[in-house]
Amino acid sequence: MRKEMRKEKTFSPQKSSRQRRTQTLYMIFGFLLAVVILAPVVWMLLTSVMQPVDLTAKPLRLIPKQITLERYSHIFKSASSSDPAYVFRIALKNSFIIAVSVTILSLVIGTLAAYAFAHVRFRGRNALMLLILFTYMVPPAALIIPLYRIYNSLGLLDRRWPLVILYLSFVIPFIIWVMQDFFGSISKTYEEAAQVDGATRLQTLLYIFLPIARPGAVAAGILAFLMSWDEFFYALIFTSSLSSKTMTIAIEEFNGKFTIDYGMISTAGILGSLIPVMITIIFQKYIVMGMTAGGVKE
Amino acid sequence: MLLKKAEERYALKLITPSIVVVMGVIIIPIITTFIYSLVNIDPLSSHRGEFAGLSFYISALTSSAFWADLRRTLYFTIASTAAETVFGLLVALLLNQSFPGVRFLRSIIIIPWAIPTVVNGSLWKLMLNGEYGVVNAILTKLHLLSAYQSFLGSPKTAMMCIVIADAWKMTPLAVIFFLAALQGINPTVYEAARVDGAGALQRFKAITLPALAPTIMVVIVMRTVEKFKAFDIFYLMTRGGPANSTRTLMYTTYLQAFTNLNYSEAATCAYLIAIIVGILTLVYLRIMRREENI
Repeated sequence: MRKEMRKEKTFSPQKSSRQRRTQTLYMIFGFLLAVVILAPVVWMLLTSVMQPVDLTAKPLRLIPKQITLERYSHIFKSASSSDPAYVFRIALKNSFIIAVSVTILSLVIGTLAAYAFAHVRFRGRNALMLLILFTYMVPPAALIIPLYRIYNSLGLLDRRWPLVILYLSFVIPFIIWVMQDFFGSISKTYEEAAQVDGATRLQTLLYIFLPIARPGAVAAGILAFLMSWDEFFYALIFTSSLSSKTMTIAIEEFNGKFTIDYGMISTAGILGSLIPVMITIIFQKYIVMGMTAGGVKE
Repeated sequence: MLLKKAEERYALKLITPSIVVVMGVIIIPIITTFIYSLVNIDPLSSHRGEFAGLSFYISALTSSAFWADLRRTLYFTIASTAAETVFGLLVALLLNQSFPGVRFLRSIIIIPWAIPTVVNGSLWKLMLNGEYGVVNAILTKLHLLSAYQSFLGSPKTAMMCIVIADAWKMTPLAVIFFLAALQGINPTVYEAARVDGAGALQRFKAITLPALAPTIMVVIVMRTVEKFKAFDIFYLMTRGGPANSTRTLMYTTYLQAFTNLNYSEAATCAYLIAIIVGILTLVYLRIMRREENI
């Protein structure tokens, strides 16, 4: 006993100095990592508030002498429909409406199906689940031409709700995938107990299963919102005017102009990233849960 | 028997809305696209409406442009997936340690992933700009570069820039997967190994790597499938240029369909992408099943 204690004593200072060295090393790498993560974001923020002269100054001044919030107020105030700043504001609104609609609809539709896949026995269950999984892998390029022709002939181009339907097609399989995992982990005995008490199946789903699977629904819903907010390919093909153009397309158009205004692009970029970045930081735990459930499962 | 029927009817009610959307927007269009690749439907072609058999596939597979596109797609896929996996692993290992500031790092690591792809593309385009870009400014200041370079304007560097931009945004996803897997390892296993005299490298090889292997596999295959389908970042940063140096299969499909109005050629190219992605998916399911059996 005593021998061991002495050993501890002679050992510990040596160990702690080594520990301190590795700690310092970790902190150096940690600092470098923070720079890599944050520097581009900070640069975008700086560019959005720099004076136009500073943007094209050579040599480049990393810290601007004077900042301006002119671009932000311009985006919120502009009233001319030919002004890209105005277009961006409307597109932000379109994106928000579309993403919220997709989130709500896909959660309702997808949760019902996920529950069926996890807790109801029916013929062809496995085959249908495989089909759902398969859609996950289909490149949108293999769908776009018939979709475009159908939408064109039905007069559904450049409208918001037809775009919502397109987004549902890739968000619903994702929701089913994540949610059936959560439902699957809920014991069948809950259901039996509820039925003994005279609850209908719908009541069982609404009052027993949904409350238990709520964290899963939150996770899936957030990811559904982010997926719709980020979508570009369908929006590029199916929208053309202010009535449906999304934020991603408006930002792309800022880039496409003859004289590229990096100040405005950065301002739009900051505004376009604000909602997803805030959501992600606040709901980080849920997002990690949803992503790992959707990716690593089986 | 009656109960079973009631169950089936109940299930049908629950899944019908999902199946309708998936059928209408995915299954039917993907079959139609296949027909388009066999029948000439190009609006500007004089052979419009004629059955073409496999001739679109044959002409795609015998054209040098297809193989060049495939090579670029593979370059992008492999380079960015490799970067994300390697850096993702290193960062996850770092964030799994305890040191001052690690909690802060864990909460900010997800930020690049949350930034929309289009914003990410503009951001890197802005930083890499050949005249006023901050990357040029810093590299010349550090004397790593003698004069300003147009990174995105040169066929030699454009693809690498896209890989960097993509890896910056998507590495956090790999970090999150790896970190979740690392936190699942029982710390007493490390303690036991340390007591037995295993060094850090030995512990990594004998404990960490085997425990992470399934997750590494998932990340690699999941990302590979996604990279093959990547479009936004190419459209935004280079539009396939300069001199086609960043034109991938996905981008060619888009150009054929919506710039050249060669619908059948585009459908064929899209199907070739789908077939390659399908093969990758099969490999994915195979590996997953094997992991499960272990």
